[in-house]
Amino acid sequence: MIDTIQDFFRDLAASAPHWNFVWIYDDHQMNRVLTGLWMTIKLSVFCLIFSVIIGIVGAWAQGAKSSLLRAAVAGYVQFFRNTPPLLQLLFFYFALGQFTPSYSPDGWLEVPLISSVGWAIISLSFFAGAFNIEIFRAGIEAVPHSTREAAESLGMTRLQTYTNVVLPLALRISLPSLSANLINLVKTTNQAYAIAVPELLYQSVAIWNDYPSAQNPTMLLLLVAYLGLVGILSLGMGSWEKKLRIPGYGA
Amino acid sequence: MTPWTPDQPLVSIRNVHKSYGDIEVLKGISLDVMKGQVICIIGPSGSGKSTLIRCINALNDIQSGSILVEGQEVHDPKLDKLALRRKVGMVFQQYNLFPHKTALQNVMMAPIKVLKENRAEVEARARDLLKKVRLEGKENHYPGELSGGQQQRVAIARSLAMRPDVMLFDEVTAALDPETVKEVLVTIKDLAADGMTCILVTHEMGFAREVSDHVYFTDKGVIVEHGAPADFFGNAQDPRTRAFLDQVL
Ligand SMILES: Nc1ncnc2c1ncn2[C@@H]1O[C@H](COP(=O)(O)OP(=O)(O)OP(=O)(O)O)[C@@H](O)[C@H]1O
Ligand SMILES: [Mg+2]
Repeated sequence: MIDTIQDFFRDLAASAPHWNFVWIYDDHQMNRVLTGLWMTIKLSVFCLIFSVIIGIVGAWAQGAKSSLLRAAVAGYVQFFRNTPPLLQLLFFYFALGQFTPSYSPDGWLEVPLISSVGWAIISLSFFAGAFNIEIFRAGIEAVPHSTREAAESLGMTRLQTYTNVVLPLALRISLPSLSANLINLVKTTNQAYAIAVPELLYQSVAIWNDYPSAQNPTMLLLLVAYLGLVGILSLGMGSWEKKLRIPGYGA
Repeated sequence: MTPWTPDQPLVSIRNVHKSYGDIEVLKGISLDVMKGQVICIIGPSGSGKSTLIRCINALNDIQSGSILVEGQEVHDPKLDKLALRRKVGMVFQQYNLFPHKTALQNVMMAPIKVLKENRAEVEARARDLLKKVRLEGKENHYPGELSGGQQQRVAIARSLAMRPDVMLFDEVTAALDPETVKEVLVTIKDLAADGMTCILVTHEMGFAREVSDHVYFTDKGVIVEHGAPADFFGNAQDPRTRAFLDQVL
């Protein structure tokens, strides 16, 4: 079965020189696609998790008593929202990367403590996190003050009120905008290409540099892969939204 | 400071002044509430009733004067506000339930999170309380699935679950349909009969007359007149009180 398919594409490559689906019949290229896809998934998942944590903590800090802390968060948000993510990646990797320590596992090679993958995760998490802070803040502000007051009048601390009352409600309000931002994040992970993170775009370019005849099929593969990833994410967010829906609450 | 004993007022308010910006809303309020007493505060809209009641559990601060709850100064900056609020229950006009929690979960949340009590014990107590406010069978309903009167009774149960020493009610029937007002008033009456100390702000004059030990009439930030309900409603002295009572009775 697999052999027949592979033979079909090998023949197609011979007869149609622009449609060389090389990664279907060449195991080595197939391996590149799969490792690239896996890297993209890992990048996305890590950045998703960290950016949401940054969003929650940042939104909380924005309501803090310390004006210094509030100003720091506001500065961070402005910086990361108003500069291109590609530039942020380059900045983290090249500018900050110089100052991070390196180690030498074999006595010869110097390996930086934070790899390009590490920098990509840090940079992209901060990028998406800045938007998440604003999204969660809008959600928090939409929670009625009187609901918070009710929690406080039961003797709850600010943190207890935040985790048990404000956040669960704010999350429900924020979910649609959060979905949009996380989808954007998944799409932005391919900019890590610029600092040589071996994710899907990086591997795809490597493939079509080696096999120019494979450029069209690989481009197609890229588009389909991102459609699939984003599709899975939006389905997931949609069912989460449904699960969190409160009977009799809101519209 | 001498420790508080039950023969002293449970809540003692002395010459309290409170301003919002330049506008003075409370202009020297004093009143005492003994343990087990039920007092009602009535008065025209904007006279400062909500402001006063919110000062008692430190939701509002005050500019001068003193509020003692069981001998503790509420507006001492060193006071543990959270400890105070565990002793003082509050029920709001708009119920303010947690919309993402069922009736039962609303009642259980604070004892578990704040008092760190055992979940099974809290649940048993919460079910009893919901029964007491006549909401048996509604335990797993969300606030959005309950009527206003039912939500308000959940709010009362939620407050009682903390075993407060005094309950504050701020116009808790004002947002309700006339038919559902009664079910909430019956709940409060039961509470009062059980000996709960209650401070009520209300527009329900018949109820105030029936349930309270003492009635206070406020106007423009001062207590104009107060007395036992029979005297107060039957024989008001101040012309402002009479004008108000004529309007609402
Ligand atoms: N947060 C606030 N900031 C500024 N002014 C306020 C605030 N809360 C209340 N006030 C003002 O204080 C005055 C007293 O308000 P309060 O809510 O205590 O009146 P009330 O007697 O409870 O009236 P009602 O019967 O309408 O509830 C009003 O004039 C009101 O406008
Ligand atoms: Mg009021």
